[in-house]
Amino acid sequence: MISHFLNLEWKQFFRAASFSKSLGAKILIGFFGLYFAVIFLFMGFGGYFALQEMYPDKDPLFVANSFLMYAIVGDLIFRYLMQKLPVMNIKPLLTLPIKKNKIVHFILAKSSLSFFNIMGLFFYIPFSIILISKGYDVAGVLGWLFSMILIIQCANFFNFLVNKNNVVFSGLVTLLILGYLVQHFNWFDLPGFIGQGFDAIYQSPFLALIFPIILIGLYVTNYRQLRNEIYLDAIISEKTKEVNASDLSFTEKLGDLAPFIKNDLRLMWRNKRTKSSIWMLAVGLLYGLFFYTNPMYLKLEFMYVLVGIFSTGTFLINFGQFIPAWDSSYYKMLMSQNFKYERYLKSKFTIMAISVVALFVLGIPYVYFGWKILLVHFAAMIYNVGVNTHVILYGGTFNRKKINLDEKAAFNFQGTGAVQWLIGLPLMILPMAIFGLINWLVSFEIATLTLAILGFIGIALHKKLMAAITKKYITNKYIMVHAFNQEN
Amino acid sequence: MIQTTQLSKKYGKAEVLHIDSLTIPTGQSFGLVGNNGAGKTTYFNILLDLIRPTTGAIVNHDIQVNESEAWKSFTGSFIDESFLIGYLTPEEYFEFIGDLRGMNKADVKTFLSKFDEFFNGEITGKKKFLRDLSKGNQKKAGIVAAMMGNPQVVILDEPFANLDPTTQIRLKTIIKELTENREVTVLISSHDLTHVTEVCERIVVLDKGNVVKDIVTSTETLKELESYFSV
Repeated sequence: MISHFLNLEWKQFFRAASFSKSLGAKILIGFFGLYFAVIFLFMGFGGYFALQEMYPDKDPLFVANSFLMYAIVGDLIFRYLMQKLPVMNIKPLLTLPIKKNKIVHFILAKSSLSFFNIMGLFFYIPFSIILISKGYDVAGVLGWLFSMILIIQCANFFNFLVNKNNVVFSGLVTLLILGYLVQHFNWFDLPGFIGQGFDAIYQSPFLALIFPIILIGLYVTNYRQLRNEIYLDAIISEKTKEVNASDLSFTEKLGDLAPFIKNDLRLMWRNKRTKSSIWMLAVGLLYGLFFYTNPMYLKLEFMYVLVGIFSTGTFLINFGQFIPAWDSSYYKMLMSQNFKYERYLKSKFTIMAISVVALFVLGIPYVYFGWKILLVHFAAMIYNVGVNTHVILYGGTFNRKKINLDEKAAFNFQGTGAVQWLIGLPLMILPMAIFGLINWLVSFEIATLTLAILGFIGIALHKKLMAAITKKYITNKYIMVHAFNQEN
Repeated sequence: MIQTTQLSKKYGKAEVLHIDSLTIPTGQSFGLVGNNGAGKTTYFNILLDLIRPTTGAIVNHDIQVNESEAWKSFTGSFIDESFLIGYLTPEEYFEFIGDLRGMNKADVKTFLSKFDEFFNGEITGKKKFLRDLSKGNQKKAGIVAAMMGNPQVVILDEPFANLDPTTQIRLKTIIKELTENREVTVLISSHDLTHVTEVCERIVVLDKGNVVKDIVTSTETLKELESYFSV
């Protein structure tokens, strides 16, 4: 039976429609995983010595123990945000002659091997190896390691029991902050107190036996809960939320672009994929702080262009690079509707141009770092509106990949092709190069002016450029209709 | 009038559609039947200029569909769920389509009020996104949207599939009313022979891309079709 399940899992992975197409993305994600694994390994092997150096008068193991509370609570918070029990894909199994008990045991057992549980081992195991090699009591260290592994497993099952309960979550966050505060102000050393518990496990390893009991308890509770709820109207149902329709009548001022702009606003607000990209706006806007707080970068004037283009253009880049793929799931319908293609593209242009100006205004406080910065940001804004919007719209004609709006954005490379990366170059590198060169040869003022003038030329040629871009979209219509019809 | 001449569609060497000549006069209710892969949807897709024909052309009211886009202003269609915008509520969707078809909010409201019975209280006022509706209800929304803005041609691919019996009957009434004045041409494809013989005055049977039967519907038609398909 188990072999059946494993067989299905294997096929699910390798036969996923996206597998071969997004192999590059998978490798990238794998690379991230590997990166963390290596960091943990490094911390595991080096942690002992680092702690020894930082706290020369204390035992490194006990120091580590006094931090464990943060690790465990942090782990739970991370899991709360990221980990979910994969129940949906058991749906087709329910009507087959497989005992429900087996299905439940399988999902639970599978979850204990998840990425979240493996990562910690990359730290704890090497850390224990170093401890033993340093002459620590072998039984004690093994008891400690055993406890750590079981705590990770307990956290795994605890998380599913909590099941996105906000009260527990806020409790965890409070515990984390409170623990830090009471320790910081020397009222009560809560993390140290918990750490002493782990010290005790090292000293008397048989205490570790308490964790198997907790784990079994959690497992059984999970099992019972799940066993009673694998029904279509219980956990295996996708919940639909009631819609909060917001009034977008202010867009009416934009005339015949209004229906499309309204749609785009709703698109962004109502889909998982786009919603999480909205957070990218904050990142983009604050991107400058990363550079400008560093005096070394502050001297490099061409870096202002990068920050200027990026911070006023985050939305432009994030949204623009997937035009018209955002509308891919109903592209056929759009193509049989009565409107001029130009109107559709114009609405996209308008929304991007507005975002650029708005982000510039929000970024005005950067003037704190010098008026030159604001000046360059202003020029970058003009450049974004005049040049980059058109470039990115043109790039859209190369989009051949469907986007599934219901999937989340983090680590989602769906819809991304080589074009997205290539188009990023002229968007940022080109203005930087132009500015840098003129700044070096002539002067800062002329360089800034050149950027702005390039932008103004783009704005002046807007009508002509749009006509050319529209033409390109229309020529590619059938290819796009066909491509957006494919699941990837 | 919709004229098809020397139309063919090939993928590589495989010919999926081949119609030498087919004329659908204005105001006709036209049914297209055939097994899976017969070319029904391909024909509609070419008619909507979503795929290009390999040879030949379709002329929709004097406009060759792959040359000019003017047909869009008088052609309404619903092919499948991909014609819906999942993240909109039905009201917003109708408003969007209405906007594109030159209707203001009041027009849309008056238009929708005619379909209260058809919607059966399951579409509007539900505060749900289209993607969260059942397949049948999604279809209802799509079919009604295809009729917005007084189109002269209405194209519905498999409109009866996924609908409940009551709605099927109501849809048949709606289609009959639509063609009553002989101004609106309705094109329907279906697997369901009973429904299609009931609403269509002419039925064309496609098989592997070829027209094999072209019948003016009579009381005998259903029997004729059933015997043809029960091979």
